[in-house]
Parts: sequence; C-alpha cells; structure tokens
Amino acid sequence: MAEGRVVGIDLGTTNSLVAFMQGETPVVIPGVDGSNLVPSVVALDPMPADGSRPTVTVGNSARRALIETPERVVYSVKRLMGRGLGEVQRELKFFPFRLAGDVQEGEVPRIQLGELQFTPPEISAYVLRQLKRNAERYFGAPVTQAVITVPAYFNDAQRQATKDAGRMAGLQVLRLVNEPTAAALAYGLDRAKEGTIAVYDLGGGTFDVSILKLRDGIFEVQSTNGDTHLGGDDIDNLLLTIALDEIHAEHGVDLRQHPGAVQGLRKAAIDAKIRLSAEQSAQFDIELPNGDRYQREIPRGVFEQLIEPVLERTAAPCKQAMTDAGITPEQIDEVVLVGGSTRIPAVRQLVDELFHLAARGKKPHTDLNPDEVVALGAAVQAEILAGTAKNTEDLLLLDVTPLSLGIEALGGVVARIIPRNSTIPASATEHFTTGVDGQTNVAIHVVQGERELAADCRSLARFDLKGIPPMTAGLPRIEVKFLIDADGILQVSAREQRSGKQAQIEVKPTYGLTDEQVESMILESFDNAEADFAARLLIEARNEAESIQSKVELARQHPAWALLTSDEQKMVDAAERHLAKVKAGSDLNALRQGIMVLDQATRRLAELMMDAAVTEAIRGKTMQAAGEDLDEELTAPHPMAPAEFK
Amino acid sequence: MLKVIESAVPVACWSCSVAHNESTLFCPHCSKIQPPSGGDFFSVFGLKPCLNLDLMGLEHEFHRLSRRLHPDRFARASESERQWSLADTALLNDAYRTLRDPIHRTEYLLKLHGAEIGEEHSGKDRKDPSRVPADLLEEVFELNMQLEEMRAARKMGEDDPALLASLEQAKAKFDGLLDEVDESLRAQWRKWDEGDAGARAAAQKEMVALLDRRRYLNNLVRDVTETLGA
Repeated sequence: MAEGRVVGIDLGTTNSLVAFMQGETPVVIPGVDGSNLVPSVVALDPMPADGSRPTVTVGNSARRALIETPERVVYSVKRLMGRGLGEVQRELKFFPFRLAGDVQEGEVPRIQLGELQFTPPEISAYVLRQLKRNAERYFGAPVTQAVITVPAYFNDAQRQATKDAGRMAGLQVLRLVNEPTAAALAYGLDRAKEGTIAVYDLGGGTFDVSILKLRDGIFEVQSTNGDTHLGGDDIDNLLLTIALDEIHAEHGVDLRQHPGAVQGLRKAAIDAKIRLSAEQSAQFDIELPNGDRYQREIPRGVFEQLIEPVLERTAAPCKQAMTDAGITPEQIDEVVLVGGSTRIPAVRQLVDELFHLAARGKKPHTDLNPDEVVALGAAVQAEILAGTAKNTEDLLLLDVTPLSLGIEALGGVVARIIPRNSTIPASATEHFTTGVDGQTNVAIHVVQGERELAADCRSLARFDLKGIPPMTAGLPRIEVKFLIDADGILQVSAREQRSGKQAQIEVKPTYGLTDEQVESMILESFDNAEADFAARLLIEARNEAESIQSKVELARQHPAWALLTSDEQKMVDAAERHLAKVKAGSDLNALRQGIMVLDQATRRLAELMMDAAVTEAIRGKTMQAAGEDLDEELTAPHPMAPAEFK
Repeated sequence: MLKVIESAVPVACWSCSVAHNESTLFCPHCSKIQPPSGGDFFSVFGLKPCLNLDLMGLEHEFHRLSRRLHPDRFARASESERQWSLADTALLNDAYRTLRDPIHRTEYLLKLHGAEIGEEHSGKDRKDPSRVPADLLEEVFELNMQLEEMRAARKMGEDDPALLASLEQAKAKFDGLLDEVDESLRAQWRKWDEGDAGARAAAQKEMVALLDRRRYLNNLVRDVTETLGA
C-alpha cells in the first residue's frame, strides 16, 4: 500500500491550520465551515444527562461557547505547553483558566475544564485531531503523518510536549519545523533564490527572528532568536487596560468586577487594533451596565505611542541574531514578515529601520498571507519528507538549536556543550567519573539557556548514571553522548568505558509526560484501517449533524431567533428538514452538503446570538457567576481576558 | 578518545556486504548509508588533518553531504537507516561547526594530537595571577583597577569621561594584540601543515601557548566590552 499523504500543520497560539502540497503549490485545507483558520479554542459541551463523557468541540463553535460557558473553554494553550507548575501559575495570571486543585510540583499541570481535567498537550491534541479530520474529509482518506511547526525559540520541553500532542491525536509527527524557517520555505519555493534573508515573525503570543542563507536549494539557518512571551496579545492588553481605566474614572463603573464584560471589551479592543492597521483612527463605542456609553476615539498616533515599548522588545533579538550570524543589516538581501501582528504599520516601520530597508530601496516581503505562510511552509517540508515530488527534491532545510545546551558543573556553573545556533542534529560527548570509592551512581543535570548559572537556565533533565562497576574514585570513565535531533529534542546515551559496560541510565525529565502517560492519553478514535475509514467518516458526519441540529433547536428558543426575517427563518427550516432526511441515508457527500447548508443558513443567527451575549456581558447581567468559579489566588479579574490591570 | 585514522580498517557494508574503508559514510558499491565511522572530523570531509582549509570547498562539501545524509532524506526509511542518518548528520554538523572556525579547528587538531587545551568557559582563569602572560602583568593589573572603578561609577549613576576614554583605549590595544596572536597562529598553521614531525611538534607547542594567550586576551576584551556596554 502506498503511504498516505503527509500534511503540514501550523499549531498556533490563536489559530491553527493544516496544509498540503497540491501538485507544486502548497494550499491550506479549509474546515467544514469553509474557513482556513481553525481557532485554537477547545470547549467542553455540557455534561450529558446520562453521565457519559461530554463532547469536546474545537474552533469557531468552541469560540462561541467562550461567552456562554467560559468555565468550559480554554484558548491560547500553546503558552502552557511544556511548562512546569510554577511557570504555569505565572502564566495563568494573564489567562482565566483554572488549574486542577491537586497538581503537584514536578507534575505536568492539568487545567480544570468543567468536570474534567486536561494537560496542555491533551488540549492541543484536540486541536490537532480537528485539523486531521479536516484533512481526512478533504482527501477522503486517512491522514496519519504530519509535520508540525513550533516557535523557533521553543525549548526542549515545549517541543516534546508538541510531539506528545501529535501522538495523542493519532499523528506520527515526522518533523517539528521552526515557524520562521517554514515561512522561508514557503517564500523560497518557487524562486531559485540565493542570498541572505531574515524572517521576522510576530504572532499572537510569540516572537521569532531567524536569519537564513539560501544557496542551491539549501536553506541554512545561520541564527535564530526570539521571545516566547511577546505578541499581539500584549497589544490587546494595553488597549484593554486603557479602556478599563477610563471607564472606571469617567463613569464610575469598575468593569473588572464583571468577567464577561471584560471579554466583550477585549473583543472591541482587538477590533480597534485591526482597524488601526488600515485607518487613521478607531472608536470604542460601548454601552455600560449603568446605561452610560463609553465612547472613545483612538488616533493611530496615540496607538503607536502606546505600543512602542512592546514593539521595541523585538529589536534586541533581531540585533542579537545578526551578531550571531556575523552579519550587518546591509548584508540581508530580503526580509519576510510573518504573523498577524506584522500587519501593523508601526511594526513594518520598525522592521524597516532594523534592517535598513527603505534606505537601500527595499521592502519587506508580504505577498503571502502572514496568517497562512507558516502552514504553507510546513506543507513544503511535509512534501520534502515524503520524498514524492520533483520540485521539492533538491530542497533541504538545515535548522539550528535556538538555545545552548549545558551541564551543571561544580559550583552550579554551566559548562556549555552545544552552543546555540548549532546546526541540528548536533551532538557532544562528555566524560564523567566518580568522586568516592565504590560509587555506583553519577547524577548529571542538563540545562538549556544562555546564563552562566544553572539555576538561571531552564532545567531539562536530571540523569542518573546507574550500575557503574565499583572502582576507586576517579577511575571509572563514563562517556555520555548528548544528541539534539532534527526536531530540536535531546537524546542521551551513556557507556562506562573501562569495564565496557553499558551503564543503565534513568532519564528523568524535569517536566513532561512519560511515555506511558502519553500512551494513556491517546484520544479515542476509530481504527485507521482503510476499510473502516468510510464508515468512520459517515459516523463522524452523523455526529456532526446531530450536534448542529441540537444547537439549532436550542437557538430557536433564543430571542435572536425573532430578529431573523421570515425568509431567513424559512431557510433554516428547509435546511433542517433536508439535513434530517440525508442523515437517515448513508450518502456521505449529501450529508456533508446538508451540514454545510444548515451551517450557512444559521450563520446570521449565530452572529446575532454572539452579539447579544457580548452586550449582556457588558451589562454584567449574566457573567458574574462565572467569576466566582475562579480560584481566589488567581489575579485574573474575569474568566476571559488578561489580568493584572494596574 | 578520538583517534586519527592513518590506515583505515575495511568493514563490510550492511546492505551489499562489499568491503569498504571504515571512514566512509556511504558504501562506495551500493551507495547505502553506513553507521558513523570512528574517524575524526577531517575524515568526514575526506581530508587529512590540516589547518589551512579552503572554506568555500568545505562549505560546498558540507552541503553535498547534507543532501545525502540528512534525516529528511530518510523519513520513511528503515529504523536503522534513520538512526544512522541521525548519527551521521550529527557527526557531519559537529565536524563542520568545528572545522570552519579557525580557532576551534586549531584546538581540535591539537587535541587530536594529545595537547591539553584550557576550556573557554572556565572563567576562573583570568582571576588567577599565575595565568596572566608575563608581558601583560602590569597592564592587566591597571585595567582591572579601572574596570572596578568604572563599575563602581556606573552603580552610582556617574559618568567618568576620562576613565571611559582610557578603557576604550585599552580595549583597542588588546584588540590589536588579539590580531597579532591570530597572525602568529596562521604562521604556525603553515609550519604544521608543511613541516616534518619535528617541525610539527614545535608548531604544536607554539600554538598551545598562543591559544592560551588568546583565550586570556579574549576574556579581557569581553570584560571591558561588557563593562562599557552595561
């Protein structure tokens, strides 16, 4: 049997996409709703009356649930991937999610979602499974292999967590590709480019910059740098803070007490931010709980002043990347912009200054959609790995490790063994010995980072070299090989050389799931055998039909139903009757068509309901209860939006 | 321990069983990938140990070998071939990273020949007076005083233009000394590459001393740069 297609997946903080190579061009695979972007939002449906496990929904439908049942929804989970308890607690100050009450230090943190608990990789697995299904629906064939992108500046634990998520979703992850590198592939594909390019990638939650040299189809990364805590979210927070403060000062209303209201306001802030990329000013116009209106004009100049400190934080990584690559701005031939936040004119201005573009008569490349370019590049890499297409035959990506790998030496100092920006795979061999006569164990602490002291770096793992034959102190000679693979993930092996004995090593990652844990979290799914596949697609489509039917039934009770014209109501009725008919049959395509028609017929209804929910939330009538569900220690004032408004 | 392969041992290819030279990463007969050899970094590129390298040629060979060895080329190959591809590519990358940098290359070659080279990251070196090159003793003492003064001034938020100028001057001087060391190293490269066993031994000894001096100067310059940049 010929092996199936390999897809490319951009698992983003805000949105996720799946793409593949159609002939010689990478294309994004749309979801059932026709949209290329699947919001990285996961929601738990209400608990069924019979006590069975609630259904998990992903994407746009989950996003709708954000307003209605915020305690059952989670988003931006990418920020929590591969992080320990302490880090997650810090991170959660900016997010409304609740940690499970009994998480222990050293465990992978679990998020409480309604009645259930999920680790971050499990939540990402649901997003991945949705993308996998979208691709399978599109091809009408199973998809089991994928390339997934990660921020270039992701560390070992974050990469491992992403790979775990793939496995849980039933995907064999053939490669993790760095996002800026993927973008470069998408750009470099159809042109026989030579030269040095810089990729500036400012997304929803992360910032990356990479410098690559292109020659004869080889994309060789020279250096990479970034900040895994810098993105569009930070800009939204600034606007939100201003609005909240002004509303408090001018209208005496402290919206921070109204969780849903802040969510509504956050949506308005994001809308304003987006408008400001095209227009010279944007407005807030919001009805407050006391009946007042908060109206505020934001000129672009004010906005740019406001966000300058955020944008300025991207400058140092860019300069460091150039220094590490040993080049000046003048030596960069082209700059590629990636990520939704690069639509902001002030960002483009900064990029222009950092790389001396206008002065040299150059412009940054923006011809590919910045939201899609990473997924497109992932599809190119997928094709390279599949090795089936002529036009990718000569392409090769040589990426680097973003952070130095070191081991803790005497006095807590880091001995660097693989420097940052080393081409991967990379390895280093170190020798260890014992300090006490008869000692049979040696402990090794591996860290990742650029700081001098191990305590200031990210702890990757503690290894225990066991079973060393008892000898005089200093006599055993244990050779340990550290290898960073092509995914940027560390592998370790050890050997005692004097006795020739292969020392048994116990690899205890500082954070992360064990193999057994990942195995137990693999999402339930049907067997992937070809024969069952058609049956499975039909069952999934029927489930989907049922889900949309029950949602429409509920919506008929909603006040928004009355706002539809009678024609619109008739269209929904007709679409619903049609879907019921095709659902009884077993024609998969007719069923899918029926779902799509009903989805489209109810689109305006869904929008009206969403607007109503936001208005309700601003008025603070329905959402107070949600705030009470939050942990007290959590400083987030509401279940929806970033906290710490000072 | 690394070893220089003078006379390569013949081994049989896992795939076609034809014997080949141990240091090759592909079977010359059937072209299949082979497990990593026990050879040194130079042998990865088919080179004898040497210090004057054609860097363009090295890069070209690095790209050529990457195309054949990289795990991307073996994503759907057998488990053992994938493992070998990973190990071979790591070896290739380690070799290229080491050989393309003149200092790393020199250190590596000297270590291959049994020399003890100090470690770049042992920061204690520069505080240890016995490590200070004799001809620099006075200047280093003076410089360290000035650095302390500068840091103290910075802490108080003060600016001392005279001190600043003097530090800049010192930095320029040490930069110049670094250039001299590099020049001397290159001279020794030629002696090593072209000389007989006796000349090589002498060049080795000379290079070990130069590298020590270089490391010392580098640390000094870094200290000054950090203090000035703070």
